Amino acid sequence: MKLTFARLGNFHIAAKALFEALGIDVVLPPPPTKRTMSLGSLNSPEFACLPLKMNIGNYLEALEKGADTIVMVGGIGPCRLGLYGEVQRQILEGIGCDFKMIVVEPPQGRPDRVFRQLFEITGAQRISQYVGALRLGWSKLTAIDSLEKLALRLRPFEESKGDISFAYEATLKRIDEAGSPKEVASALENGQAAMKSACKKTDSDKPGIGIVGEVFMVLEPFANCEIEKRLGEMGVVVHRSIYLSDWVMEHVVKDVFRILRKSKLPYELARPYLCHFVGGHGVETIASTVDYARQGLDGVIQVAPFTCMPEIIAQDLLPTVSRDLGIPVMTLVLDEHSSGTGVLTRLEAFVDLVRMSRRSRR
Amino acid sequence: MAGSGYLGVDVGSVSTNLVLIDERGVLQEKLYLRTQGDPISAVKEGMRRLAAVAGDTEILGVGTSGSGRKLAGVILGADCIKNEITAHAVAANCRVPGVQTVIEIGGQDSKIIILRQGIVIDFAMNTVCAAGTGSFLEQQAARLGIAIDQFGKLALGAVTPVRIAGRCAVFAESDMIHKQQMGHRIEDIISGLCEALVRNYLNNVGKGKIIEPPVVFQGGVAANAGMKAAFEKELGTQVIVPEHYDVMGALGAALMAIEEKNRKDGQSAFRGFAALNRDYATRTFECKGCPNLCEIVNITMDNETIARWGSRCGRWDSL
Repeated sequence: MKLTFARLGNFHIAAKALFEALGIDVVLPPPPTKRTMSLGSLNSPEFACLPLKMNIGNYLEALEKGADTIVMVGGIGPCRLGLYGEVQRQILEGIGCDFKMIVVEPPQGRPDRVFRQLFEITGAQRISQYVGALRLGWSKLTAIDSLEKLALRLRPFEESKGDISFAYEATLKRIDEAGSPKEVASALENGQAAMKSACKKTDSDKPGIGIVGEVFMVLEPFANCEIEKRLGEMGVVVHRSIYLSDWVMEHVVKDVFRILRKSKLPYELARPYLCHFVGGHGVETIASTVDYARQGLDGVIQVAPFTCMPEIIAQDLLPTVSRDLGIPVMTLVLDEHSSGTGVLTRLEAFVDLVRMSRRSRR
Repeated sequence: MAGSGYLGVDVGSVSTNLVLIDERGVLQEKLYLRTQGDPISAVKEGMRRLAAVAGDTEILGVGTSGSGRKLAGVILGADCIKNEITAHAVAANCRVPGVQTVIEIGGQDSKIIILRQGIVIDFAMNTVCAAGTGSFLEQQAARLGIAIDQFGKLALGAVTPVRIAGRCAVFAESDMIHKQQMGHRIEDIISGLCEALVRNYLNNVGKGKIIEPPVVFQGGVAANAGMKAAFEKELGTQVIVPEHYDVMGALGAALMAIEEKNRKDGQSAFRGFAALNRDYATRTFECKGCPNLCEIVNITMDNETIARWGSRCGRWDSL
């Protein structure tokens, strides 16, 4: 079996480590390019959201490289992603691909279902091997998150443009190659040191902008036109509302073991504006915006794929949140044709707005 | 004009505008040209015309704006390269102090900018739809055989504006054709179209924004009296079209060049009027470094590379 899965930011590094530690061959889709996007759009329904199109592009490129089994997450709506596993299976079968698809549905407190599907992929193995694989995967996931957080904080202070991104990429590669949690930790430590030494004084006051929105668009730089890097290079400290390890903890771990209570915080923060689950990250988008306003950030940018229902609901509520709490909010709706230039124009204007309002407050 | 001044250039999808202002921001010269898909020639032609009337002016600073701001900035040697949203806000606030809402409709873009106490607090730009922008109005004027500068005035002669669906340019056009075939007067159809486009603008670009007077309407489409009247009717307030509504982006760019000069107080990077006789050329090639196949643009002045951009990874950006 040669296993593959869709890409989501740097998630593949941790997932690959997990599966390989269980003795499974992993064939990663190559990093997304224009070709991925073209293959995906060509074979997807036009009104489907960008994540579906990018997933299809990933699968096709991975199948070309020899993958024969695809793992995809399921879901129970209202976000359409819950259907995508099945939709994608039918699309790929329709164009004559030969593969097996495993859709992992949310266990909703029935861990045996997940474990049964996991056994289907891994075959029966010793418990100690599972524990080791999970430890390695988890250590990579949390190391990547720490690295990303630091890059977002330091990028506006880098001495010459591109230094932080260079150190970041090099460290990601080292984390990817690490064979044990200990090696992961040392790769991270070296990377953090390299980033810190690439910066001038980091104490001056820079504007802070929070990124909220749909998980795929927030986490996948190719899909969001590298919004974090661009803002960082304009001298903005970026705060991101979603990190992979938090996401896995909230949506996978806590869902498998229902004994752990899911965080109620998003609902508490969003309550004055939205008190109902609307699917995807609709509630979290509102909650994070409220949270960022209270933290005193200078602005919030919502990123959403075109036609995303949960984010459309959030988008319609954000102007009220923005007015009530006095924080500027901009929405970027992105699709396959979104040009980097158009996004850059809006980002520049938003940063100008944020700077002007900071100046006037002083 | 002798003496000294600041130059502002706005290279948009449809028009390229140039303004020359003095140190106090008073407009001295303005030019409105068609970009015609060739921004370099448009900038050169504009500068040639400007040199003819003001070639002896000492240029203290240059600002560029619009979707071609980077290219124009390299060719001219700009001190300040700013996005068109900020440029339009700066210009509107300078010409109509206290402005709270700016409606800007250009060739392919439309924007709304909300200001309070002179500070931009919110803005939006059309994303997936260009219905209601200058290009569409021009196309409809041409289809009806009416000169674009007469198009808006005709709308004012409407008696009963017909209802046209403004959601999509294609559907709006078929709606218009249908109304024509039914025998409606052309004035009523054009007026109905203006109302439809205003509704579309307010529901798309202006969605969720609190539109407070004074409202300023600028950009090429502000020349259209029918659109102005339709905005006034829909908003129930007076809409101000500033004197230089068609070059506000360039004006904003020039005003920001003054600010930049005051902040840095250095020599301008302006290459001079004479530099326009140089031979500027662009060359595009596909980078084969990875499957992204980025289209790299290489800009040369007399066969010497002066700028390069277009790569996702940035490997071609440094010369």
